[in-house]
Amino acid sequence: MLKIEDLVVEVEGHTILNRINLEIPEGETHILFGPNGSGKSTLMMTIMGFSGYRVTSGHIWFKGEDITRMPIHERARLGIGVAFQRPPAINGLKTRDVVSLCAGQKSTNVEELAQKANFVDFLDRDLNLNFSGGEMKRSEMLQLLAQSPDLVLLDEPESGVDLENVVLLGEIINELLGRGVRQREKESAIAHRSKKSKSALVITHTGHILNYITADKGHVLYNGVLCCARNAREILQWIREYGYEECFRCAS
Amino acid sequence: MRELDVKNKAATRQDNNSPKPGYKDQADPHAYLEQLDRVDPEEARQWLNVGVDITGQNRSGTFIQKDCSVLHSGCGSGDVEIMGISQALQTHDWLKDYMWRLVSPEKDEYTRMTRDIPHEGYFIRSLPGAQVAEPVQSCLYISEEGLSQHVHNVVIAEENSSIHIITGCATAEHLRSGLHVGVSEFYVKKNATLHFTMIHRWGEQIEVRPRTGIHVEEGGTVVSNYVSLRPVGSLQMNPVTYLAGKDAVARFNSILVAPPGCELDTGSTVILEHPGARAEIISRAITTGGTIIARGEMDARAEGVKGHLECKGLILKEGIMHAIPELVGRVPGVDMSHEAAVGKIDQREIEYLMARGLDEETAVSTIVRGFLNVDIEGLPPGLAEEIDQVVSETQHDAL
Repeated sequence: MLKIEDLVVEVEGHTILNRINLEIPEGETHILFGPNGSGKSTLMMTIMGFSGYRVTSGHIWFKGEDITRMPIHERARLGIGVAFQRPPAINGLKTRDVVSLCAGQKSTNVEELAQKANFVDFLDRDLNLNFSGGEMKRSEMLQLLAQSPDLVLLDEPESGVDLENVVLLGEIINELLGRGVRQREKESAIAHRSKKSKSALVITHTGHILNYITADKGHVLYNGVLCCARNAREILQWIREYGYEECFRCAS
Repeated sequence: MRELDVKNKAATRQDNNSPKPGYKDQADPHAYLEQLDRVDPEEARQWLNVGVDITGQNRSGTFIQKDCSVLHSGCGSGDVEIMGISQALQTHDWLKDYMWRLVSPEKDEYTRMTRDIPHEGYFIRSLPGAQVAEPVQSCLYISEEGLSQHVHNVVIAEENSSIHIITGCATAEHLRSGLHVGVSEFYVKKNATLHFTMIHRWGEQIEVRPRTGIHVEEGGTVVSNYVSLRPVGSLQMNPVTYLAGKDAVARFNSILVAPPGCELDTGSTVILEHPGARAEIISRAITTGGTIIARGEMDARAEGVKGHLECKGLILKEGIMHAIPELVGRVPGVDMSHEAAVGKIDQREIEYLMARGLDEETAVSTIVRGFLNVDIEGLPPGLAEEIDQVVSETQHDAL
């Protein structure tokens, strides 16, 4: 689904990501661990194609297409969706209208989706304006539900969210990815087996979100270098026990 | 260096200077029309653009002035009076006491012109207790080249009444130069509500000088919406509102777009004189090459008053945007705040929407439309479409 080859990325003249190689096969959820400032968000913004993140060498492939130089909206239309950690507020633009726009040509029932994200009361508010941390996350997830991308990029989905809402957030992510026990409950076994799960890359530095979603693999990003790839929970144990630095030393 | 300073300062001058020379102060009279179905369709179209519909559908009454003549006035409701100001002065002996009370004739050269050479204007009054369901519409129109039109308007919302007035101001398509001076005095009596929506669509070289005073008594509310989306030579106005009773409320919204060559100097002053008075001034301005000065002044003179000012300006590619919010508190216990921002469209907002699948052009127009989308009560339905059209026309200026 997503393949990153020897990717080097500069921000304002400084190399932030150095020779990154990463592959996320169809249907898998990968976790990206790393301390603050390690380049996690830069990787995500580069995959999406945001300005200010300059690819100086390497390639990003998505669904077999080289998207390294593709404009943002074309990547979105090809099936990449992102939930931002700190999305901008847009004055006068109603959340309801943005959710419709996210659906593109697909027909969508905004109210129904908003119920899933417990966000009905916010539909007529300006997008992200004076939203709390948890509200922003739910707004982002609601937009992704409408967009229904094949690869979901989530930047610190649990940050700033209280305990009660983390559970809800986990459920929405599972719905979005077509995974988890509750999803299984809602559908017949055959329907569930025949439906393919979506792919995801989830950034976290605390790892709390792992209690609510299923991860297939974990990666550690340290100082712009991917230094370890193995079972996500195992990595989390290491980081909790010994810290990122030790994790990096072990790998190198 | 000194020269540069002078040029920069020019944007902030209070434009009370004299009108351009060479205007004429009289026009050929136009015959009064009992029925509006005989109006030139081209003129009717110009009026509709500013919210004035000659069919009178969904309107409680209509007043139309062309150049210096009252073309039509009438109302379908017994709750409201609508007529030209000279006829009103003959009808109501007391009306003279309402003239020049809120605006001084000596204020500036424009007010003096209106006192010395008056050209009608409207009188609109909602009777005590009347809830006028549909809006009243009035149109001030200039069709004669080089005319200096001076109107004097009086609106009275009597005690416990409620009325919505839509005023559309426009010029004939072919018109190149002209001056419009409008002296307006609005009286909102005890517990009355006045909704006033003014839509301007003047010509590219027209000078426009409204001079407005508003007096609001205890429990009264004035809501004023101002929309100017099309080119105008220069506009300068700063209505002064006196919240002269307990719990009086004033809300001002304006939506301004300044194309190249256009100078808009607009603002509102609200004086909060009694406890519980509340005021809100919100302006959204976009320059696509013109100059906009967005003023707002609140003067809190009593305890327990509350005010908020919000000036937001976008410079799409070039132009000058000058936001001047001012707050004055003269006693303790007042609650006043302001928020002003001038800038371009945030690239992050554009890319955020692009990440949802919108191309760049659609992302920009979505943001601009949102920016102009102040929640305005009672705008004529066609206006949303007009805003859409202006947004798409100014699109290429943004990219």
